[in-house]
Amino acid sequence: MIVEAIAFYIFAAVAVGAGVGVIAARNPIHSVLFLILAFFSSAGLFVLMGAEFLAMILVIVYVGAVAVLFLFVVMMLDIDFRRLRSGFMRYLPVGAGIGILLFAELVLVFASSEAPRAALPSALARGGASISNTRALGEILYTRYIIAFEGAGLILLVAMIGAIVLTLRRRPDLRRQKVPEQLARRKEDSLEVVKVPIGEGIS
Amino acid sequence: MVIGLSQYLVVAAILFTLGIFGIFLNRKNVIVIVMSIELMLLAVNINFVAFSVFLGNLVGQAFAMVILTVAAAEAAIGLAILVVYFRNRGTIEVEDIHLMKG
Repeated sequence: MIVEAIAFYIFAAVAVGAGVGVIAARNPIHSVLFLILAFFSSAGLFVLMGAEFLAMILVIVYVGAVAVLFLFVVMMLDIDFRRLRSGFMRYLPVGAGIGILLFAELVLVFASSEAPRAALPSALARGGASISNTRALGEILYTRYIIAFEGAGLILLVAMIGAIVLTLRRRPDLRRQKVPEQLARRKEDSLEVVKVPIGEGIS
Repeated sequence: MVIGLSQYLVVAAILFTLGIFGIFLNRKNVIVIVMSIELMLLAVNINFVAFSVFLGNLVGQAFAMVILTVAAAEAAIGLAILVVYFRNRGTIEVEDIHLMKG
C-alpha cells in the first residue's frame, strides 16, 4: 500500500510538473518534450489504477504518434518563437485568475460531494483477477460497443483523408510526368510526313 | 496514506486547469494552444479511468479510448491546418489569423 502511495505521488508530481513545463517553456520543442513526460507519467497513473491497456495505448499512440507529429511540425515551421511570447506577461493575470477560479470550482465540487474516502481497488490487490484488463476491455469493445469502436475508426479515416487533402500541394511550375497523356498520344498528333519537292524546299 | 478516487480527480483537475491556463498564457502560439488542449483531454481521460476503476465498470475505459481517438484526429487535423496556414501566410500568430473576421 505504501509503495503504491509513493508511486502515485511521484507520478502525479511529475505529471503536474510536466504540465507546468508544457505551458511555460520558452522553446516549443521543450514544450513537446514536457508533453511526452506528462503522457508517460499519466500512463504510470493508469497502470496504478489497473488500466494497463489504456496506459500502453497512451504511450504508443500519444508518445509514438501524436507527440512526434508535434515535434515534426514545430521543427518544420521556421518561426521566430521569441516574438510569439511577447504577450506572455500581459495575459498572465487574466489567465491566472480564470485558472484559479476554475480550479477552486473543481475543488469545491469534490469537497461538497460525498467524496469517497475508500481506496481504489488497487492493481496490486486485484492481481488475482480472473481475466486481464485488455481481455475485459476487448470483450465489451467488440461486442456491445462495436458501433462506437467502428465510429472511432471512421473518425481516424476522416482525419487521415482530411490531413492529406489539406496538405497536398499542387505546384503548376513543376514539370511532372503525365502518364495518361503520354499513353494517349497518337502518331498522327505529333508526326507529320511532308513530301518535299525537289529543288523547292519548304516555305 | 490511502490513494482513493479523490486524489486522482485532483490530479486531473490540476492538469485540466493547467491546460486552460496554457491557452490564456500562450495567446499567440497556436502550437502551444493545441498542446494545451491535448493536456486537457489527458486530464479528462484520467477522470474517466479513475471513475471506471472506482465503479468497477469498464465502460469508462472504452469511452477513454474513443476520446484518445478523437484527440489524435484533432491533433492531426489541427497541425495540418497549421502547416497549410504557415505555407500560405508565413505566420502562425493568432492575432494575424483574422481573414474570416467580418
